[in-house]
Amino acid sequence: MVTFIEEFGLIWGAFLATLSLTAVSGVLALVWGTVLAAFRVSPIGPLRTFGTLYVEIVRNTPLTLMFFFWVFVAPSVGMVLPLGFWPAVVALSMYTSSFVCEALRSGVNSVGIGQAEAARSVGMTFTQTLMRVVLPQAWRSAIPPLISVLIALTKNTSVAAGFAFTELVAISFRLANRHPADVIEIVMGVGLMYLLITIPLGIAAQQVERRVAFAR
Amino acid sequence: MSAASSVLYDIPGPKAKRRDVVYNIVFTAFFVALLGYLAYAFYQRGIFDDRWSVLWDPPKGQTAADVWHALVVRGLGATMLATVIAAPLAVILGGALSVLRRGLRNRLGSASATIVTEIFRGLPVLLMMVLARLGFGWSGLASVVFGLVVYNMAVVAEILRAGLAALPAGQREAGLSIGLSTMRTTILIEMPQAVRIMLPALVSQLVVLLKDSSLGYIIGYSELLRQIRLQRDYFGDRYMIPVFLVGAAIYITINVLVSRLAIWLEGRMRSSSHVAKADDGEPPMHEGGAEAARMTATHGRGAGDFPGT
Repeated sequence: MVTFIEEFGLIWGAFLATLSLTAVSGVLALVWGTVLAAFRVSPIGPLRTFGTLYVEIVRNTPLTLMFFFWVFVAPSVGMVLPLGFWPAVVALSMYTSSFVCEALRSGVNSVGIGQAEAARSVGMTFTQTLMRVVLPQAWRSAIPPLISVLIALTKNTSVAAGFAFTELVAISFRLANRHPADVIEIVMGVGLMYLLITIPLGIAAQQVERRVAFAR
Repeated sequence: MSAASSVLYDIPGPKAKRRDVVYNIVFTAFFVALLGYLAYAFYQRGIFDDRWSVLWDPPKGQTAADVWHALVVRGLGATMLATVIAAPLAVILGGALSVLRRGLRNRLGSASATIVTEIFRGLPVLLMMVLARLGFGWSGLASVVFGLVVYNMAVVAEILRAGLAALPAGQREAGLSIGLSTMRTTILIEMPQAVRIMLPALVSQLVVLLKDSSLGYIIGYSELLRQIRLQRDYFGDRYMIPVFLVGAAIYITINVLVSRLAIWLEGRMRSSSHVAKADDGEPPMHEGGAEAARMTATHGRGAGDFPGT
C-alpha cells in the first residue's frame, strides 16, 4: 500500500493518459463507426461491400497487430506518425470503429420489421425511414452495446504500453522495475484505476438496458 | 446483408434501377481509383522490388524453409499452444462460475461468484499477464495462459448467464418441482440447454481468445507476432512488409474460419426444433443473431437480446 501511495503521482498521470487516449479514440471510433454502419445498410452496392470488407478484416485482426502495423510497417510505406500517442489513437479508433459499426447495425436490425414497413407504406423515402423511424429506435437498443464497446476500448488502451506510450500498464512496468518486491500491490492498484472507469460504465449500461427493456 | 437492408427501402423500380447503376459505377470507379493510386504510391517507394524474395529466397544465408519454419512452426505453433491450453480451462472455470452463481442457495456464495466475474471482466488482459510475469515470475507461456484464462473465464461465465436467463422459466420450475435441489436443477437441466443456445457465442469467444494471445508479444512470449518482429530485426526494415503481410494473413484466415463456424452453428441452431426458446413478442428483423451473439461474446453484454427472463 505504501508504494502505491508514494508513487501515486506517477500513476495518476498515467491514469489521465489512459483516459485521454480512451476519449480521443472513442470519439473518432464513434464517428467512423457510424459512417461504416450507414455504408453497410445503404442501398449502394460498392459502399456496402467496402463496409463489409472493412469490418470483416479489422474485426478478425488482433489489436496488437494493428499497433504493430502503425508503429513498424506504416513508416516504411511513407505513413510516418510521431511515436507514442498518435499511432495508438489511429490503431485503437480503426479497430474500435468496426465494433461500433456492428453495434449500430444490430441496433438497426433489432427494430421491428413492421416499423420500417409502416414508414415505407406512408410514402417515406430511404433517408426519411432511416432518420425518422428506424434510427431513433435503433439508438435505444444500441446504447448498451456501445457502452460495452467503450469499456472494451478502455481496456484495449493497455496495448499501447507495448508501443511506446506511457499509460497505466506501461507505468506499472516501470514501477515494477523500481520496486520488484511490490509488483502484486502495484498491479492491484493499477487494476483499481481501470475498474474506476469500467465499473461505472458497466452500471450505466445496465441501467440503460433496463430502461430499454421497459420501453419495448 | 440485403435481406436486412432491403426492408429499409422499396424494391427498386425502373428509375431507381437506373440511378443505382450510376451510383454503382461512380463508387466502384472511386474505389478502383483509390486502389490504383495506393499501388502507384507503393510502386514509387519501391515496394514491388526484390524484397518479396525473402519469402522464397531470403538473403543472409538463410533458406526459405528457415523463414517459414520460424513463422509457421515456432510462431503460429506458440500462438496455438497458448490458445489450446487456455480455451478449455476458461470454459471449465467459466462454467463453474456461472453454475455457482445460479445454483448456490447461499447468497454470499453466489454474490462472490458475481463479484469475481465482474472484476475480471473489467481488467485488461495485458495487466493480468503482467501480474503473472512480473508478480509471480512465471514463464512467458504460463503468463499468457493465465491472462487469457482469467479474462475469458469471466466472459464465458457471463455468456452462460445470458443463456440461462434466456431459458423458459418452466425448465427450472420443472426441475425444482420433481424435488431436485437448485444446484442439481442448474447442472442437470438448465446448463446443458444454456450451453447449446450459447454455443455460437462461445465459439466466437475463441476468436477473441486467439486474438488476445498476440499480447504475448508485449510480455516476451515468442508467438507469431514476436517471430514477425524477429524476422524484421534479422533481415532489416526493408523486408518488413512481406513478412508482416504473411503473418497478418495467417491471423485473419484462422479468425475468419472460426467466425464462419460460429455463424454456421447459429444457422443450424435457428433451424433446429430441439433448442428451447423463450417466448418473446415480435420477431426482430435479423439476418443473423450471430452478430448480436458476437457482440455479447466480445463485450460480455448483449443488446438486450435476451428478453423473457
